[in-house]
Amino acid sequence: MSANLSALFYLISGILFILALRGLSSPETSRRGNYFGIAGMAISIIVTFLSVGNFGSGFIYVLIFLVIGGSVGAFIAFRIPMTAMPELVAGFHSLVGLAAVFVAISAFLKPEAFNLGVVGNIKLASLIEMSLGAAIGAITFSGSIIAFLKLRGIMSGAPITFKGQHLINLILGLSILCLIYYLCSSQSTNIFWSIILISFLVGVLLIIPIGGADMPVVISMLNSYSGWAAAGIGFTLENTALIITGALVGSSGAILSYIMCKGMNRSFFNVILGGWGASDQTKTENNKEQKPVKNGNADDAAFLMKNASSVIIVPGYGMAVAQAQHALREMVDALKKNGVKVSYAIHPVAGRMPGHMNVLLAEANVPYDEVFELEEINNDFANCDVAYVIGANDVTNPIAKSDPQSPIYGMPVLDVEKSKSVLFVKRSLSPGYAGIDNDLFYRDNTLMLFADAKKMTEEIVKSL
Amino acid sequence: MEIDPFIFRLSIFILSIFVGYYVVWSVTPSLHTPLMSVTNAISSVIIVGAIIAALAGSSNNIFEISNIFGFLAIILAAVNIFGGFLVTQRMLQMYKKKKK
Repeated sequence: MSANLSALFYLISGILFILALRGLSSPETSRRGNYFGIAGMAISIIVTFLSVGNFGSGFIYVLIFLVIGGSVGAFIAFRIPMTAMPELVAGFHSLVGLAAVFVAISAFLKPEAFNLGVVGNIKLASLIEMSLGAAIGAITFSGSIIAFLKLRGIMSGAPITFKGQHLINLILGLSILCLIYYLCSSQSTNIFWSIILISFLVGVLLIIPIGGADMPVVISMLNSYSGWAAAGIGFTLENTALIITGALVGSSGAILSYIMCKGMNRSFFNVILGGWGASDQTKTENNKEQKPVKNGNADDAAFLMKNASSVIIVPGYGMAVAQAQHALREMVDALKKNGVKVSYAIHPVAGRMPGHMNVLLAEANVPYDEVFELEEINNDFANCDVAYVIGANDVTNPIAKSDPQSPIYGMPVLDVEKSKSVLFVKRSLSPGYAGIDNDLFYRDNTLMLFADAKKMTEEIVKSL
Repeated sequence: MEIDPFIFRLSIFILSIFVGYYVVWSVTPSLHTPLMSVTNAISSVIIVGAIIAALAGSSNNIFEISNIFGFLAIILAAVNIFGGFLVTQRMLQMYKKKKK
């Protein structure tokens, strides 16, 4: 196949990938969008086979490895529980990053296969592109591994900080740039390997200071990185499909990071530099447990909700941890039978990744037109009888609106306190991730339900 | 004077960033998780480079070090392609409208 013809096919793939993302503008068109994406991928792979034109024994091995990788991927995709989506996505990002590193290494060791010159005399532009691709890929890989370990709970979600951390990152970052400069003049293999090794280290150091609840930003950021790495390799290979995809993924991840940061009213750098809330924890420790709280049980909650005319449910990460989404749906079904109007309110940073709560509710067969975003539903709390807060905390804290001293001041929050009564399912009075006390616990219209989210919801279903 | 082909690729790249920007802003927030898994799947089109790397060189020695890196990259990218698209499909199947 001629280079021009294959380039046109790669362009078609690129367009199909754009349509795949475009489909996600509504759930109805999204499934078709996914097929566009699959078609684009199939075209890219077939065209590559045809343009390489080598159908010898190597081709058989390629197919075998494709099938091995594909089966592993398919197996994971079917088996993974929806609550584990954040770590799955982090894990997948690490694979893209590592694949980018491997392709870059391969191109560096055998540039003539990619028309980039010969060993020891690789074209300058290609050298810069492949080393940038490899560096970003390596950062994506090791950073995603850390994110994966934190999300999976293998590594503590607490931020790991030490003195001079940011200075070390800065020095390492600059040294990568210097090494790329030297690589261009020396073409030395050792320098190429050092760039990759240092980038692995940077990836680790970049993610360890970031705490568990900031993971939505981290995952989005790594998503973006994996895109830029792909684009870097795309420039090296002069491949349009890869360049277009890299740009799409890179900007997609960047936008998601922006939305997540805005959902917390924090700047991107504030999140990346990490260590939020660690210092405030001790301060609030002193004055809690002294204020009176109203303590309720499942029967009280069932009574309140059964007699309400409208209920808004506010899910958070605690619902995911307790796997309470199915019990919650049963509770809502029972309420609906009693003629109660129920809707769900989702905060942008609820959960550990963008859209995390929506997927869990969809899994529990909650129709998506009952689920609303913060701006859509926030005014409805004033007219609602009961707000049922399950596993959320900081995103409901009214202090974000009233106290400029608070670390979460200015963060958009759900106005649950405006509803006639608030039911707060929580295991204890401990503060949330931000390390600050939630004033809502002590309000007159709040009833605390101290229990595991799933158990409490199941008990409420029983007494309904 | 002739224009360097690099400039054309750069143009494609920058225009694609703009396309990505507008397309992603139009994605409904409730589908942000499938968005991440599908972007993850499509970025595995890097398999194109892996295939070229794996098949490079003479056919009597297909396990040179550069080929091996190519084969490894194929496995990683294949996990992502199949895993990414299938898990996206699985999630999208769950989004249903209210039965009326």
